[in-house]
Amino acid sequence: MTGQGQDADRSLSVDQWTLPSRGRVGMACMILTESALFTIFVVAYLYYIGKSLTGPYPRDVLDLPVVATIALLSSSITITLAVRALRGGQIGTFNLWWLLTILLGGFFLGATAVEWDGLIYRHHLTIWTNLFGTTYYTLVGFHAGHVTVGLLLLGLTLWFSLRGAVQRAHAERVEVLSWYWHFVDAVWVVVFTTVYVIGR
Amino acid sequence: MTVVDHALAGARPADERASVVERLHDWVITVDHKRLGVMYIASGLIFFVVAGLEATMMRIQLAVPNNTFLSPQVFNRLFTMHGTTMVFLVGMPIIIGMANYLIPLMIGARDLAFPRLNAFGFWMFFFGALLLYFSVLGGDGLYGAGSMPDVGWFAYAPLTASAFSRGNATDYWIVGLLVGGVGSIATAANLITTVFCMRCPGMTFARLPMFVWLLLVVCFQILLVMPPLTAAQVMLLFDRFLGAHFFDTQAGGSAVLWQHFFWIFGHPEVYVLILPGFACASEIIPVFSRKPIFGYAIMVAATLSIGFISLGVWAHHMFTIGMSPMGNTFFVLSTMLIAVPTGIKIFNWLGTMWGGKIRFATPMLFCTGFLFQFLCAGLTGVMLAVAPFDWQLSDSYFVVAHFHYVLIGGLLFTIFAAIYYWFPKVTGRLLNERLGKCHFWVFALGFNLTFGPQHVAGILGMPRRIYTYQAGRGFELWNGLSSFGVLFQIAGMLFLVWNIVSTLRSGPPAGDDPWDAWTLEWATTSPPPPYNFEEIPVVRSRRPLWDLKHPEDPDWKYE
Repeated sequence: MTGQGQDADRSLSVDQWTLPSRGRVGMACMILTESALFTIFVVAYLYYIGKSLTGPYPRDVLDLPVVATIALLSSSITITLAVRALRGGQIGTFNLWWLLTILLGGFFLGATAVEWDGLIYRHHLTIWTNLFGTTYYTLVGFHAGHVTVGLLLLGLTLWFSLRGAVQRAHAERVEVLSWYWHFVDAVWVVVFTTVYVIGR
Repeated sequence: MTVVDHALAGARPADERASVVERLHDWVITVDHKRLGVMYIASGLIFFVVAGLEATMMRIQLAVPNNTFLSPQVFNRLFTMHGTTMVFLVGMPIIIGMANYLIPLMIGARDLAFPRLNAFGFWMFFFGALLLYFSVLGGDGLYGAGSMPDVGWFAYAPLTASAFSRGNATDYWIVGLLVGGVGSIATAANLITTVFCMRCPGMTFARLPMFVWLLLVVCFQILLVMPPLTAAQVMLLFDRFLGAHFFDTQAGGSAVLWQHFFWIFGHPEVYVLILPGFACASEIIPVFSRKPIFGYAIMVAATLSIGFISLGVWAHHMFTIGMSPMGNTFFVLSTMLIAVPTGIKIFNWLGTMWGGKIRFATPMLFCTGFLFQFLCAGLTGVMLAVAPFDWQLSDSYFVVAHFHYVLIGGLLFTIFAAIYYWFPKVTGRLLNERLGKCHFWVFALGFNLTFGPQHVAGILGMPRRIYTYQAGRGFELWNGLSSFGVLFQIAGMLFLVWNIVSTLRSGPPAGDDPWDAWTLEWATTSPPPPYNFEEIPVVRSRRPLWDLKHPEDPDWKYE
């Protein structure tokens, strides 16, 4: 690739050549493949609604987890505010919103734990009791697992930030992580609709 | 260029030979896409020998009626492991290995987007494969001496229920494939990110080599269809270990749901395997016809439609379970529809060859054989897409013949073509043409001798997965021919092994561009340096090397 014309062309196109960021595309791929995974669990749940041969049945034991849902969905807002603060270079504000996100996510996870405790010890519903138990614990458990992974990553970021390692320059990485958190929230909307609205 | 390369090639002078342990260590810790590509392909070829031996044992058993070479139990294990190995441990690593090696070179990048994730993907595949084969030792768990899974490669419920599948053989099948599947997903995401974010200046999507386009679609398919298998396997694990009831019909569960989940993965998986075959053919046929590919845009569109339609055809594997007429009709029509873009591709390859200056070097021979054999596979595929025809021939040897024409006549022939075509780039040495031609003719004869007669045996009513058959039912001749053909296939493979071994020892140097090709991988040295390109190339057309070689008549003036 030599010659003057080519060199001129080279500098021209190299300057104008922009590509999407690897983090964003990689996370988008991850979200796509995770969506396929959850789709199958949701389909299995929908397919087995009303097919349990014995109780307990969903309408007898499930209550709408309203507060937990509000907490989780609010955490999408707080994480967005955190990312915005970081982009503006306000590390303190970022830490605050980020911590609030973790607390809201932790509250959701705790509410799930309380719900499971009631189902297992009060209603005697486990994964092998009936098809409802099988599909319920699998679907909700997979979502709770994703929340847990998200909380670990958020906690790690907070730890980095408190040590002063998170700077304005990392706003994009933090934003990519927030995409995962938004995804977990979006999945909860689907799971909530499937389990507590359609399935009850 | 070469002087600089040698100066940069590494701190260690060439005459100071590293010890075996040091070199092995270099390979184990590598994150270089070329080395990982070679490791994928080498593991795939090793498992190819294993699965080939399993098939050979089954063909010995079936060569004559009432044979007792294998027991029924062992026969079940062999067809399970043969199918599983060929799909997950041979097909997948070889296509992912080729993508790993070639995509960065073809788009003018220095590595994948996430090199360490790439190494993670390989080792997940590798240890998943070891887990599957560890079932030979650990399969029976505490029950006995050990065995392999025997539930078929699609592991239908309720065969996999813990009551009918004692021991841990099925668990090794589940966990091995689950682990490997995670690796495939990671690598697919990595390759997609690479294509989106690592293209060299000027390499727009409209200028991507066809190979990259096809593999891009394959990676999206992997992202979408591997998770259903993973999810279904998690459910099966819960059934087997936690007492869940997903596929337990006695508690209201559904065995048919497993079939749906498996084939939602399983049928697109066939396209995951065959599209890379198309990808190789789409690179090799133009170079040996001395013409650019015919109908580039249409080829891309056909690929995208295959990728899309393939997500909606899975239940044509399930016509015999008794779906509703509506369901049958939908899957008949969608399956026939997918033949249209596939047919477009065949005509485009023919259009590329038409009027070209065709040179029948070994890669081109294999691609030509692929065209004929894949056409046969496509025709029997359209026949099987018709539900009433499928009711007659489902689970017969006709189906076995059909998909072996797809996966051997289609995929394996193009993989052989790719081996002859890119071997000089990977090793710097040209494979021997005479041995290559012997390989082609002997293997093509053996392949057609083995799988051609199976069409007839199937139409005569011979079911799949039977360990023997009675004399006097008309199956003898066809099975005899089938088993006889295996000898030629093995002989053909020996030509390839001999060719590779002798070439690695004393093959003629290939030079950078032995085929006078047009894509960027031929612009660098053979083998390429660790950083691929000294200077990131700038591309102005679909055939950057043509532009370079013919500055008086470059492609970019016409595109």
